[in-house]
Amino acid sequence: MLAINNLHAKVGDKEILKGINLSVNAGEVHAIMGPNGSGKSTLAGVLAGRESYQVSKGEVLYKGKNLIEMAPEDRAREGLFLAFQYPVEIPGVSNNYFLKAGLNEIRKARGQDPLDAVEFLQLVKEKINVLHIDQSLLNRPVNEGFSGGEKKRNEIFQMAVLEPTLAILDETDSGLDIDALRIVADGVNKLRSKDNAILVVTHYQRLLNYIVPDFVHVLVNGRIVKSGGKELALELEERGYDWVTDLAEAVHN
Amino acid sequence: MPTTEKKYDWLLKNFDSLEKSLNGESKSPIHAMRKHALARFVELGFPTAHNEEWRFTNITPIRNTQFHPTLHFADEGITKSRVEPLFVTDAKSIRLVFINGHFAKNLSNTPPSIKQMKIGSLASALQSGDPTANQYLARYASVETSAFVALNTAFMQDGAFVQIEDGIALDDPIECLYLTASSGRPLISNPRNLFVVGKNSRATIVESYVALDENACLDNVVSEIIVGENSVVEHDKLEMEGENTYHVGTIQIHQMAGSNYTNNVISLGGKIVRNNITVVLADQNAESTLNGLSLGTGDQLIDSHTTIDHTMPNCTSHELYKSILDGRAKGVFNGKIFVRQDAQKTDAKQTNKTLLLSDDATINTKPQLEIFADDVKCTHGATVGQLDEEQVFYLRSRGISERSARDILTFAFASDVVERVHSDSLRERLRQFIQHRLEEGRNTRI
Ligand SMILES: Nc1ncnc2c1ncn2[C@@H]1O[C@H](COP(=O)(O)OP(=O)(O)O)[C@@H](O)[C@H]1O
Ligand SMILES: [Mg+2]
Repeated sequence: MLAINNLHAKVGDKEILKGINLSVNAGEVHAIMGPNGSGKSTLAGVLAGRESYQVSKGEVLYKGKNLIEMAPEDRAREGLFLAFQYPVEIPGVSNNYFLKAGLNEIRKARGQDPLDAVEFLQLVKEKINVLHIDQSLLNRPVNEGFSGGEKKRNEIFQMAVLEPTLAILDETDSGLDIDALRIVADGVNKLRSKDNAILVVTHYQRLLNYIVPDFVHVLVNGRIVKSGGKELALELEERGYDWVTDLAEAVHN
Repeated sequence: MPTTEKKYDWLLKNFDSLEKSLNGESKSPIHAMRKHALARFVELGFPTAHNEEWRFTNITPIRNTQFHPTLHFADEGITKSRVEPLFVTDAKSIRLVFINGHFAKNLSNTPPSIKQMKIGSLASALQSGDPTANQYLARYASVETSAFVALNTAFMQDGAFVQIEDGIALDDPIECLYLTASSGRPLISNPRNLFVVGKNSRATIVESYVALDENACLDNVVSEIIVGENSVVEHDKLEMEGENTYHVGTIQIHQMAGSNYTNNVISLGGKIVRNNITVVLADQNAESTLNGLSLGTGDQLIDSHTTIDHTMPNCTSHELYKSILDGRAKGVFNGKIFVRQDAQKTDAKQTNKTLLLSDDATINTKPQLEIFADDVKCTHGATVGQLDEEQVFYLRSRGISERSARDILTFAFASDVVERVHSDSLRERLRQFIQHRLEEGRNTRI
């Protein structure tokens, strides 16, 4: 589904991703872990099409297509979804309004008819029950005045409505208490199927107790320095990131 | 350089014609007012950039044009079916239609005059010697400092006259539609409106301005509004005139104790638009809300000058003015708030926000607070910015096209002013007009 080959990306003159290789198949859940500033959000942003990053080398194939050349909206229409680490507030635009607009674009790309207001509301009701979201939040402007936890839940709610093929969750666990974490993980696990893939970006191992990954990759200083199964996450938790930082230097030298 | 007198020869000739057409009425006090106003206009002349109040608003094209008023009503061939789609509130509304400043009775829909409520044309109120019209006309809008008020007063003949007595709650809006249509030579229209609302009453007034052709026109309006004790008045003004219309609108509001006045000014059209809005909070516990939304594209210049004069204690004012400017459009905002010595416990808040959609669009914004009382709460803030690219990206990441994302965000910027309009049907129409106008702006940009 996703093949990242020797991906380099920069902001201005600063190289942040320095040769990422990663392959994700349908049905898999991959975790990307790493210390702060290692480039996890940059990778997520490059995949979603954030324009502040320039890809300077390498390629990304998504469903066999050159992802880097696609506009962000076309990526979304092809089933890619990013749950933002810092969801932006958008005053004056209601959550429901924009999500319906997005969903109907994605449905159009899938060859499905648009949902009307009633059908959309029905879908929304199903999904909010899973995520324990207060319905009133949905009529409010996007993320405006939402608590940190509400913003994260809103991201997963949008994911649940849009039903992406490849979901990238950027630190969705940060700022969530243990109950909220379970709820969010529940929502994510509902999306898991043999046709979908999920990329879970996280700093802590905690979330991975609930969303159990098939593979764990450690990103340090713009490179994946170690990959393994779910036990790698536990090992990292135990030994800390210094251990892999040393590894990174070993790889580099 | 021609002497001022010479310079305005064309105007004086028009005034002579007006005077001749008046017959007996030329001896009336109203006509004395006109003569005084004309003299004052000739003294003042059209303002230049040397006038502090006009520093950023270059009206050379107005100064260099000889505009001619139509002295008598003519329907200009405008039919009911042409007018019907131009109304912005629903069919239940009371409707007054004016063509080049003159009341078009056949196109209007007014309730029969009863003692408690008179809604109709100023000309007929004056003709019948209506005491309220005579008492309040030109009482608050001063010809001494404003050339445009002086010009309007010199040529005032007709406009809307509304008088609502005490204890009347009028649910349906009074919609006043001002049309201009000229047959070639530059036209000046001088609608003169007078709205007098008594105590404990409620009313909604909607003024809307439409040009029916692309000929040069100066629409020079003056509206005077008196809001009686504990009355609630909403006053919406929608300006969507043509590419060659110069619109200068003066609104002078006088608020009595405990009254509540809301003014929403939406400016979408016109070549140069200048609104002068002055609220005098003349007694205690009055509340005033001024909202504005200007959409400028191409070479439009849209200028809003507001003054809120807190003269007495315990009054509140809120002001929110927003501009969305595209192309080479220019915006001007000047917001004066006076808090007089007696006006303790004043609570005044002013906000001005501008969204610039192109590199060539500009805004001059100036809050001007003059506070002479010590126990007051006054805040003001101004922001100028572009669309937030992080917001654009967020919407796009959910499948929304870049173009729609920008439209959604631009519209959202405008929406909090639109949402403040009470009438559902007017709000809906406004959304459509704004949507349409934004599209036009975008199309000229691409
Ligand atoms: N827009 C940007 N401008 C400048 N530097 C950036 C920008 N985005 C990220 N960086 C830098 O790139 C590095 C990686 O950041 P990021 O991808 O956010 O890391 P992570 O998500 O792993 O914490 C950091 O050093 C960060 O400061
Ligand atoms: Mg990050």
